[in-house]
Amino acid sequence: MATAIALDVNGRSVTVTVDDPQMPLLYALRNDLGLHGPTFGCGLAQCGACTVHLDGKAVRSCVMPLAAVGTQKVVTLEGLGTPERPHPVQQAFIDEQAVQCGYCINGMIMQAAAFLVTSKDPSEADVKQALAGNLCRCGTHLRIVRAVMRVAHRG
Amino acid sequence: MSFAETSRRDFLKGSGVLVVSFTLAPLVASCARGSAATRTLAPDQVDAFLAIDARGGVTVFSGKVDLGTGVRTAITQIAADELDVPLELVTVIEGDTALTPNQGVTSGSLSIEKGGMQIRQAAATARRALVQQAAQRLGVPAGDLVVENGTVRSRSGGKQVTYGELLRGRTFSLKIDFQAPLKDPASYTIVGRSVARLDIPAKVTGRFTFMQNVRVPGMLHGRVVRPPAIGAALQSVDEASVKSVPGLVKVVRLGNFLGVVAETEWGAITAARQLRATWSPWAGLPDESRLWRHVRDTAVVKNDVTSNVGDVEQALPRAARRLAATYDFAMHTHGSIGPSCAIAEIKDGSLTCWSASQATHDLRRQLATMLAMPERDVRVIYVEGAGCYGRNGHEDAAADAALLARAVRRPVRVQWMRADEHGWDPKGPPTLIDLQAGFDEIGRVLAWSSQFFVPQGGTGDVELLAVGLANLPGKTGLNPGGILNDMAIPYGFANVRTVAHRLATTPLRPSWIRSPGRLQNTFANESFMDELASAVQMDPVAFRLRYLDDPRGAEVLRRLVRLAGWGGRDSGQRETGGDVATGRGVSYVKYELYRTYVGAVATVEVNRKTGVLRATHFAIVHDCGQVINPDGVRNQIEGNVVQTVSRTLKEQVTFDRSRVTSLDWASYPILTFAEIPTVDIELVDRPTDKPWGAGEPAAAVVPAAIANAVFDAIGVRLRSVPFTPAKVLAAIQAGP
Repeated sequence: MATAIALDVNGRSVTVTVDDPQMPLLYALRNDLGLHGPTFGCGLAQCGACTVHLDGKAVRSCVMPLAAVGTQKVVTLEGLGTPERPHPVQQAFIDEQAVQCGYCINGMIMQAAAFLVTSKDPSEADVKQALAGNLCRCGTHLRIVRAVMRVAHRG
Repeated sequence: MSFAETSRRDFLKGSGVLVVSFTLAPLVASCARGSAATRTLAPDQVDAFLAIDARGGVTVFSGKVDLGTGVRTAITQIAADELDVPLELVTVIEGDTALTPNQGVTSGSLSIEKGGMQIRQAAATARRALVQQAAQRLGVPAGDLVVENGTVRSRSGGKQVTYGELLRGRTFSLKIDFQAPLKDPASYTIVGRSVARLDIPAKVTGRFTFMQNVRVPGMLHGRVVRPPAIGAALQSVDEASVKSVPGLVKVVRLGNFLGVVAETEWGAITAARQLRATWSPWAGLPDESRLWRHVRDTAVVKNDVTSNVGDVEQALPRAARRLAATYDFAMHTHGSIGPSCAIAEIKDGSLTCWSASQATHDLRRQLATMLAMPERDVRVIYVEGAGCYGRNGHEDAAADAALLARAVRRPVRVQWMRADEHGWDPKGPPTLIDLQAGFDEIGRVLAWSSQFFVPQGGTGDVELLAVGLANLPGKTGLNPGGILNDMAIPYGFANVRTVAHRLATTPLRPSWIRSPGRLQNTFANESFMDELASAVQMDPVAFRLRYLDDPRGAEVLRRLVRLAGWGGRDSGQRETGGDVATGRGVSYVKYELYRTYVGAVATVEVNRKTGVLRATHFAIVHDCGQVINPDGVRNQIEGNVVQTVSRTLKEQVTFDRSRVTSLDWASYPILTFAEIPTVDIELVDRPTDKPWGAGEPAAAVVPAAIANAVFDAIGVRLRSVPFTPAKVLAAIQAGP
């Protein structure tokens, strides 16, 4: 009873074959497509480590059933940019050295990147509000906020 | 001096790429199945730590591992600078029991101070040997040679030879010489610089290989099914309840150890959720509402006197004035964002385990014991996971994976679910502290007496969960870590006695969290110092300086006064006219009384009506001797402050009589973005001193700085961590 599900991931059309269409998107990305940007943190949509973009919106992939993705365009951290050609938010995290263990950083970058598309001149409080649902245990928050502000107010 | 002909490449002749989608340095991949036995791991040998290939590439073999703190970058800096090779030529292999020497657990802020210095000395020995070799080869006195970018050349120019040409892929076959001269610190060009962390570009683009990302050919997925009560016995398992799960491979039962293995990760998760099992009832935990009574009433197996100066018993009764207070610090979890994960593979009688353990050599021994295998047949390979901040569940997940792999004869990956991590990782034990002090007639401290109620045990192995559940070899006593540290105080009072009552039991399996013991003990000591200062109406900084016979410590406090603009007690008070009052508090630690000094001033806002307490700002002065990477140290200090503000204001493990009940981030909340303080940091630069640790010490000063700031703001003492709004309100109600 394997089901083939078509997805648009990082600009590519792919098909994953799964036993359970209710399986969260995260497992398809990590295990079937080998995309390790999104990480498993809680499986409860509480921490944000698994965040991806669906049609540009930041979504918790650990609770997003595969069957519900449909034709929405999925973008992961890998689709945002590469070490050779990083997205401005990724570059800002490098510039601010805004990483410790880095396990949550996928969520921070994906959440911030989606936020900055719609919020052009955010205050520091706005940035903190945008990241309110993302947890970091290492205590990298100060640098993360600086990195997002750096992108928001560059140029 | 000679270089042995055993080629380093021998052990690199691996059986090709083992790990699919494994993107660590190619060297690691090819090492994964190399004939590692040809390497020496003896910690007195240069070869244990260093190899230089024919092209001049340097490989550092580090027993200390990067737990997300930036240690790999710092160790790269240390080795590159001491050898005079460019940073880009240095690769670090960490925590592989077949390749790296055992440098002890990566804990206690010792990776640079101990591990890094072993590597520095190995590099200095190697460098001297290479220069001597070059002198012979070039016919130039060693004193006339300089090294630049891995090339030894005559000072006057002309003759030169590279490290690669000198070694031609051979090993050093040299003992580490502790007399081998280190470079003059003034000549360091890489050490002391804020070199960008080497792992960050990969971490921000999804290219980094976390433990959780490792995949092995033929690998299956496992999940564990924990008992609904900690001490429950498994009575029956209804395997039919998971028959419908696609790809289910096996239900594994070993005593009270229960797990499932499936072809896919989702299949394993589904089976673990769906599996029906019956367990015996068990309700052996104490009543949470009477936890501190329980701790106080727990049998004491021995008393450890951690310091004894003068005669407290004789002095205290003579005191003109006495003060006493009791402090407690709740049970805490590590709270890694990524739950523990491991892969185990048993093949041809040998176990290979990939783990994010902070102690792969110890884990190797524990796994061998559990499986009754010779240690030589077990290899544990470190792969970085989410930050662990102490001994979390990584080792337990490794044991889970090993048992499941043995049962299905295939490699098995186990990642814990969130509830496994919150519910079953070992905890920082509850800490109860009674303090007493007495003043003489002129207000000088005459005596200080403290009693700590903490579990017995030390820094040995934490028993693997699977060992207990499956009743396998490898049972250990309690090992909560070095929790006796910083019970003794840095102040020169005439009579001091500090005693640890070592308890026979503690409610949950204990281990070390970040800054174990130092954190809880410094909370009590530095809060009580503030109480004493207040009792004699002295400024708390001046009060500390009065008893501090330690120029470095005094300098930290004086710099702190400048950095924070500290103007004495009450200088931070600001009435807003509403319900919110602000205040500032100071705290100080000399880590383990021999190393890193930290001073902190916290600024807080307390809402008298709601009890909500916010830590809004920290000023930190930090002296850890020579700083290898200033920005790396700052990153650690910021992290220590933010994580410990979280611990101080919010965190406590909750439980009923059967199990932990704080099983997710809703029931065990941590600090969020809106609640983080700003942090000003001053690093005391001591480039000619030895480097000390920075991964923990700044954590220790945070709780007392907050408590003392609250007293400054509203005149009440908070003596029970966490400082929840309910406790703040209760303290206000109780009055000063």
